[in-house]
Amino acid sequence: MTSALAPLGRLPGKWDLSVRAFRCWLVAYRRTWRSSIWSSVFGPLFYLGAMGYGLGSLVDKHGTATLGGVPYVVFVAPAVLAVQSMNTAMTNAAFPVFGAMHWNKIYLAARATMLSPADIFRGHLLFIAMRIALNCAFFVAIMAAFGLIRSALAVALLPAAVLLGVAFAAPVAAWSVTLANINPMNYLFRFGSVPLMLFSGTFFPIGSLPGWLRPVAYATPLWHGVALCRALSLGTADPGSAALHVGYLVAMTGIGLWWGSRTYYRRLYV
Amino acid sequence: MRMLGCVSPPTQGNLTILGGDPVRDGAAIRARLGVVPQEDTLDNELTVRENLLVYGRYFGLNRSLIAERTDQLLDFVQLTERANDQVDPLSGGMKRRLTIARSLINDPEILILDEPTTGLDPQARHVVWDRLFRLKQRGVTLILTTHYMDEAEQLCDRLVVMDHAKIVAEGTPRELIARYSTPEVLELRFAPGEQEAAFEKIKALSSERTELTADRILLYAADGDELLARVRTAGLEPVAEFVRRSTLEDVFLQLTGRTLVD
Repeated sequence: MTSALAPLGRLPGKWDLSVRAFRCWLVAYRRTWRSSIWSSVFGPLFYLGAMGYGLGSLVDKHGTATLGGVPYVVFVAPAVLAVQSMNTAMTNAAFPVFGAMHWNKIYLAARATMLSPADIFRGHLLFIAMRIALNCAFFVAIMAAFGLIRSALAVALLPAAVLLGVAFAAPVAAWSVTLANINPMNYLFRFGSVPLMLFSGTFFPIGSLPGWLRPVAYATPLWHGVALCRALSLGTADPGSAALHVGYLVAMTGIGLWWGSRTYYRRLYV
Repeated sequence: MRMLGCVSPPTQGNLTILGGDPVRDGAAIRARLGVVPQEDTLDNELTVRENLLVYGRYFGLNRSLIAERTDQLLDFVQLTERANDQVDPLSGGMKRRLTIARSLINDPEILILDEPTTGLDPQARHVVWDRLFRLKQRGVTLILTTHYMDEAEQLCDRLVVMDHAKIVAEGTPRELIARYSTPEVLELRFAPGEQEAAFEKIKALSSERTELTADRILLYAADGDELLARVRTAGLEPVAEFVRRSTLEDVFLQLTGRTLVD
């Protein structure tokens, strides 16, 4: 061992390493983006058509004072955007994360390189954020084209929707990576995203819920996202409540990031 | 092996790799390692070339360098024709070679291989051995685990026999055979039922190690033919006899025993 050993190189920054992990997902996405468009873009459009215009035509006949005096479709569109963001986040942070551990082993391949478990986590999260942003951008454009946006504040609609999605994606990914089989994921969707979608002030105002259930609805992350998106789209946002919604979602993202860097480390450094 | 690959914390003792501490400098060490894990971690949905692209990116290599090395490496592992095919339908041997090619994308100084030819057919094994031997000639340090003693004999300059997480012997293959076995082994088979009785008589003929297995008698000897002549002189007539050189397998079995270790 007398021969001189080259000193170990300096590592690039965390951001650089996370972007490397992110780009790996892009290579795979190049092959699958066409098929993913159908489910992720047209699904929410069907919702908007059926709920907003179909059901909306009945709702509007009975007066829309409780909706803030706007047609039902205008009321529901930002909520569909929020739900779309949540669903994109959850599906992308559930099965692909599990798959990267057990099926295509993307994480196991990556950990043998200079990426750390936290880089792998953040890189995947960046990719999920990109998917959320693309889906939401398309939907916001549709909203604008159909005249469903009532305020210039809506320029903040896309960032708000992406924040909502990332707030869901980070903890869901943190949890998915710990699973040994996929069965618990069904619970996540059955008892997580479905009730959230139905009862978070999305399709009807929370005021229509029974009194005892309202505090629960106000505590859910999706309600904060829906309320934020709706306030931006209708132009009813006030700085105080907007700050509360954003603060809630930022805190949830932060907790998810912290938790994920722990769970990924435990799963990939054993 | 995972500890050497810096993806698992050392459980006990000291470990230094490339002059660094694997816990503190894990990522910087991994930057200069190549790893061929026991179970392939290729992305089956991507093409051969894309697998190398993804991996090269992890190490921060630019696209043109990755493309250049990909061509060389695929040529090296004889996969050039499959460069643009999906990984999924490739044979086990091809996937192994691709994993080796991928592990070399960052031009590593140390290549860690965990049972690189387990599950491969003889042709595929020989191709892998051949490529690994060439890497060794180029100055890449290979660290490999194997249960195949012929593999160890082919590839290893320095061999460590492990049993229950303890090093039980260390040296070159030749040294180990000289130290722990005799130059030759005489294998005898007797008719069913006669084996035990024959073994009792034969034991007296040899001062070296003797072993009775379910189907044959192993006699370790400096000169197998000479011992066989003595067995015959003693009036014993085996139904089959076979004199062979001692191998690493004999050393391994002598050191670790014949009991199954799961």
